Amino acid sequence: MDQVKLTIDGKTVEVPAGTTVYKAAKVLDIDIPVLCYMDLKDLNIENKPGGCRICSVEIEGRRNLAPSCSTNVADGMVVRTNSIRVINARRTVMELILSDHPKDCLICAKSGNCDLQDMAIKLGIRNIPGQEYAEMSTYRLDTSPSIIRDMDKCIMCRRCETMCNDFQTVGALNAVNRGFEAVVAPAFEMNLEYSPCTYCGQCVAVCPTGALTEVDHTPSVIQALSDPTKTVVVQTAPAVRAALGEEFGLEPGTRVTGKMVTALKNLGFDYVFDTDFAADLTIMEEGTELLDRLTKHLNGDKDVKLPILTSCCPGWVNFFEYHFPEMKDIPSTARSPQQMFGSIAKSYFAEKIGVDRKEMVVVSVMPCLAKKYECQREEFMVDGNPDVDYSITTRELAHLIKQANMNLTDMDDSAFDAPLGESTGAAVIFGATGGVIEAATRTAYELHTGKELESVDFKQLRGMEGIRSATVDFDGLDIRIGIAHGLGNARKLLEEIKAGTSEYHAIEIMACPGGCIGGGGQPLHHGDSSILKARTRAIYEEDASKTLRKSHENPYIIKLYEEFLDKPMSEKAHQLLHTHYFERKKRVFEV
Amino acid sequence: MSSVKIELRPDQIEKIHSFCDEFNNEPGELINVLHRSQGEFGYLPAEVQEVIAEKMKMPVAKVYGVVTFYSFFTMIPKGEFPISICTGTACYVRGAENVLAEFKKQLDIQVGETSPDGKFSLSCLRCVGACGLAPVVQVGDKTYGRVAPDDVKGIIEEYKS
Repeated sequence: MDQVKLTIDGKTVEVPAGTTVYKAAKVLDIDIPVLCYMDLKDLNIENKPGGCRICSVEIEGRRNLAPSCSTNVADGMVVRTNSIRVINARRTVMELILSDHPKDCLICAKSGNCDLQDMAIKLGIRNIPGQEYAEMSTYRLDTSPSIIRDMDKCIMCRRCETMCNDFQTVGALNAVNRGFEAVVAPAFEMNLEYSPCTYCGQCVAVCPTGALTEVDHTPSVIQALSDPTKTVVVQTAPAVRAALGEEFGLEPGTRVTGKMVTALKNLGFDYVFDTDFAADLTIMEEGTELLDRLTKHLNGDKDVKLPILTSCCPGWVNFFEYHFPEMKDIPSTARSPQQMFGSIAKSYFAEKIGVDRKEMVVVSVMPCLAKKYECQREEFMVDGNPDVDYSITTRELAHLIKQANMNLTDMDDSAFDAPLGESTGAAVIFGATGGVIEAATRTAYELHTGKELESVDFKQLRGMEGIRSATVDFDGLDIRIGIAHGLGNARKLLEEIKAGTSEYHAIEIMACPGGCIGGGGQPLHHGDSSILKARTRAIYEEDASKTLRKSHENPYIIKLYEEFLDKPMSEKAHQLLHTHYFERKKRVFEV
Repeated sequence: MSSVKIELRPDQIEKIHSFCDEFNNEPGELINVLHRSQGEFGYLPAEVQEVIAEKMKMPVAKVYGVVTFYSFFTMIPKGEFPISICTGTACYVRGAENVLAEFKKQLDIQVGETSPDGKFSLSCLRCVGACGLAPVVQVGDKTYGRVAPDDVKGIIEEYKS
């Protein structure tokens, strides 16, 4: 590629032609302020609509300032990123953006974690000239089971649109109307609930303001904790422990499992359990289902369809229910770990401690926004009583801990309670892309071959590539495995299945980049994808540190089957641990 | 939000598909497809946008985004007798604004709206090239010149029977 030489702030730099001025400046360690721009390098996602103009720079010979995020370099270009003209323009742009932005920062869900607020601080904005004449947007609040849209706070950066359309291929959000009326909205400005939205929460994860936020379940959790008649049980998903520390200033990738358990006990939960226990249970059910379908298929049963797809991820479930309803009998019928946990907690465990399920409140801590919707699904209720009452995100848990005036970093380590707190390394890796299928492989291999694995590490299944494939030798039988994270990647594998060209026996799909560690409920990464890698590393470290690393060796799982469920895929297991899927798509005239 | 709910007939869906095929279902040709569809239906109800999105394999939110961006596209059906008031410079200085206000008052609708009985819709246009007749009003294909607010009631009456 041709190299181009240019000068930025008096320093010379040489970059390939086609590079943007913004990126060329980065090479010189000049960090031009950006607002709408977002670059998720490892995911090949770049949002550069050139809309906000905060990144404007002065280019010699050009009359107007140029947006550096979407202006390509040219040979001999002379750029100034910090001239008085640039600084003044940047301030004016910021004042204009703020002129119609609500000023309720003190009570905004994003306060302290808001890119717009940070920029106002950076530029030292102290007053907004002409504010008294500014018209304020009064767009209606749209509250779905998982996500709240407050378009009055939208600055039209279009990051959410990029994630929803380009990365996830969900197509729920688009810029609509024009000028002052412009907002990002679903088609016909219908509520998110009726749109193709999967509640994956990737729009929330990248929103620079409080325009897109999660539905806050913490008030309900506090109420349950303060009710002496309720037995409050909490479960924590594997990805939470790999990210929670970031909210307390710890380096990304710091594991805080033991500290988190102490914090939850101090908050007053009666039982602190682990979703990982249910992840081991998922492997027993899903792994058995995989082997069952595989055996029947290999024996020539034409009614049995392969590949089998994982079903742990509620964003992914919502995706195929809406976009690929004709394939809804292909995914495993196993419920997600969150729901398996709730189901067992309110049956097996409630019986054990002699508590009526109506007096038990199950709270889940998840890296995920779709889990909020999942726990409200009717099929996961018994006589109107949900198996999981409230689902809070990693961010919400951090808020709870801070509210209680606790500092996570000072906490001692505690262990999860028994019996639903015991788990294996196989369960922990559910939090990273490829982890579920690796865990399933560990168990399915041993159950199928009757032999013990020499090494439980299937490194060929790990990584950050959007679509990966590997063949695992099951003692002479080659099992072909596919993995996708991000719904756009999942769509590619689904199209293959639809076309009859898929060569896989089993496929793992996670809706979010990197799997659950990159979930919509995790601490905000602000576009830094190295954080996702650090969390992944933490997950595999936790796995390696465990004595038991295969789900079928979890003693409490073995006991659960002996005492209660009989065996995987038994009638009782079907009733409590499996589910079915529905077509979600509605025509416009039905909405 | 769409105010009218319709269910398209199979032949109408077929027609929309043919517009999409005409432009090879190219996403970049969306505006042309919308143009043709509005020509056919007179407006672009949600159901038409949905069929286009499905055929051209793009999110319906994107189609809606384009429809709401361009003022040419409308999701509200035009009335049986579409009324257009010229607000070009010549008509404007000769009192088009007062004429428009009278139409709004008489019909009790705003610009871009259609009367509840579906008879009249109101829109503004810029110059029909008959500045000598300013202010000019068009009802369907018929043109009225030198319209005064007092004439408005009579013009509407002509189409009421």
